[in-house]
Amino acid sequence: MMHRELTNRALAAKVLPMQGMRSGKRWLLPMLVGGAIALSGCVSVNAPDKPIVIELNINIKQEVVYRLAADANKSIEERPDLFGE
Amino acid sequence: MTALIERKHNRLSLVLAAAALGMLLPAAQASAQVASPVLASARASGQVGEQTDGYLGFPSVPSAEVRRAADELNIKRRAFYAERAAAQHSTVEDYAFTMGCQLIAKTKPGEKYQAPDGSWRTRGAEAPLRNNLCPAT
Repeated sequence: MMHRELTNRALAAKVLPMQGMRSGKRWLLPMLVGGAIALSGCVSVNAPDKPIVIELNINIKQEVVYRLAADANKSIEERPDLFGE
Repeated sequence: MTALIERKHNRLSLVLAAAALGMLLPAAQASAQVASPVLASARASGQVGEQTDGYLGFPSVPSAEVRRAADELNIKRRAFYAERAAAQHSTVEDYAFTMGCQLIAKTKPGEKYQAPDGSWRTRGAEAPLRNNLCPAT
């Protein structure tokens, strides 16, 4: 009888740490989310250490380029001295 | 990227200075009927390539002869772009950029061209990397 009781207790003791682990995971998720929020907050606050590069071509409107494309192709055909091999 | 922009600016100022010189010496602008053989071989060997802005550039340090020939051609190109831009009621930069799109599209495998990010690429069998603003060929 004594032997059986000990075995039961051992089993019960095995279940308890598992429950403990589950409660530990509950802590882990908010900590990770909180850490990510804190980290992203830091990144957005920091000033960039490299100069900001502006793409100048953005100023060129796509419709302008499309309108000019036909004339550009004609130019390449007509001026091999400027655009030929 | 900044170094590249600085280099581009340096080259632009060089071209502008050369353009000013060219206006003083109209004889130097006598147009040839064919592209110079110096540039033809430089293009084939990758010493010059088409830039995104419609002018020839140097993927590697060129010889003095190649540099001179390319600068000379770029001056002629700029004058031509100005003429066509006026006829199309556009700006030299817009017309030159459109030309850059089409000239890069017409490069042949093995030749160098400038990608939208400013890096130099060697044209393969596939379509070249071009700016999103470029029209279909």
